[in-house]
Amino acid sequence: MRVNALSAPVMAGDVHFPPSVKEFFTPALFGLDGWLTKFTIFVWVAVALLIIFFLVAYRDPKLVPSRAQWMAEAVYGFARDSIARPMLGHEGVRFAPYFAALLSFILLTNLYGIIPGIQISTNTHIAYPIVLAAISYVMFNYIGIRKHGFVKYMKNSLVPSAPWYILPLLIPIEFFSTFIVRPITLALRLFANMFAGHMILAVFTLGGFALLNAQTWYFKPISVLSWGMAVALTFLEALVILLQAYVFVVLTSSYISGALAEEH
Amino acid sequence: MLTTVAYVATRLAEEAPEQEPNPIFPVWQELIIGTIAFAVLCFVLLKFAFPRMEAMYQARVEAIEGGLRRAEERQAEANALYERYQEQLNELRSEASRIRQEAAAEAEAIRQEILAKAREESERIIAAGREQLAAERQTIIRELRGTVGTLAVELAGRIVGEALEDEARRRGTVDRFLAELDAAPAGR
Repeated sequence: MRVNALSAPVMAGDVHFPPSVKEFFTPALFGLDGWLTKFTIFVWVAVALLIIFFLVAYRDPKLVPSRAQWMAEAVYGFARDSIARPMLGHEGVRFAPYFAALLSFILLTNLYGIIPGIQISTNTHIAYPIVLAAISYVMFNYIGIRKHGFVKYMKNSLVPSAPWYILPLLIPIEFFSTFIVRPITLALRLFANMFAGHMILAVFTLGGFALLNAQTWYFKPISVLSWGMAVALTFLEALVILLQAYVFVVLTSSYISGALAEEH
Repeated sequence: MLTTVAYVATRLAEEAPEQEPNPIFPVWQELIIGTIAFAVLCFVLLKFAFPRMEAMYQARVEAIEGGLRRAEERQAEANALYERYQEQLNELRSEASRIRQEAAAEAEAIRQEILAKAREESERIIAAGREQLAAERQTIIRELRGTVGTLAVELAGRIVGEALEDEARRRGTVDRFLAELDAAPAGR
């Protein structure tokens, strides 16, 4: 949609290359600045699709599942048996529903990046990764405090088993890494991967048009190579999309596991 | 990664015209919309979808383990039944053997009793026979003694032709004669 919209002026000779950050900020619809854009609409679409998918697939569950039921169970089963249980042990199963919701939401919004017609992930706007990371941050701290109490949780989190004279150095480092770096990296990792992925695809796609419209005639065939790269990188992007969704959930479960652990 | 992103962000910000937004700063409206949208998603899925899946998992586990448990129960039942039959069979066997032994013992006892009775009877008969023989012998001896004495005296009186008047002499002769007769069979 976006590329098609852009391609018209490109074809007309108005080569808008290289793509800039402006590509990521689509105009507000109906003058509702920030409230109603392509991004907010597609976040709601993702929520609606996921709710419809899971509720429809599970409206009449059977012991021997149908295709749709099996797919829905595969998502939940992955979050349950491949993330929650290995990371958190048997009691981790109670976190499996949240992990499954988180995983499916990130996965679908990431997939927007390579779905034709949408072609940009909502996670390229840092607001959404920030929301998800903030939830994970509050969650693991809350779980830790509820399990151990505030003082013991802080002691578990901040005081490593080391000689006393090195603690003045280690405690600030632990504080920085656990309570400051964790949420920031969690949000930034997802955002930056999606942002960079979109930027790379845009560079090769728009670059193809730029080459095609170049004044020098022998640049024109190279546009095919550029588009070929765009196709190849789309496959790479698909891998990144899956990986980042998985990594986000695994790190969340890892932080929860650390908060629940008895020793540092 | 943090520095790279910051670098990219500043570079992009530098290159961009004045009005270009900075991607590292969130659009505040999107923070709110993201929170609400994700909350709605979580609420619906965590309330209506995933608990049912977990229940289905449990039901599946139940179905499989229930089948296994039922099979085990049947097996145990069969084993118990088999053992009970085996026990009963053993009881019957020992009962039969006990009965056989008792019968054998009884038969043996009866046989012994009969033998003992027979032996007693035979001994009694033999003893009675002996006694009778001895008594008859005594009687015969006594009779013979009288008869032989009388006969001998009569015979001797006839042969000699004279009556022996002296009773004392006659008694002595007869007794001597009988003593000789007694001695003769003893020597035989």
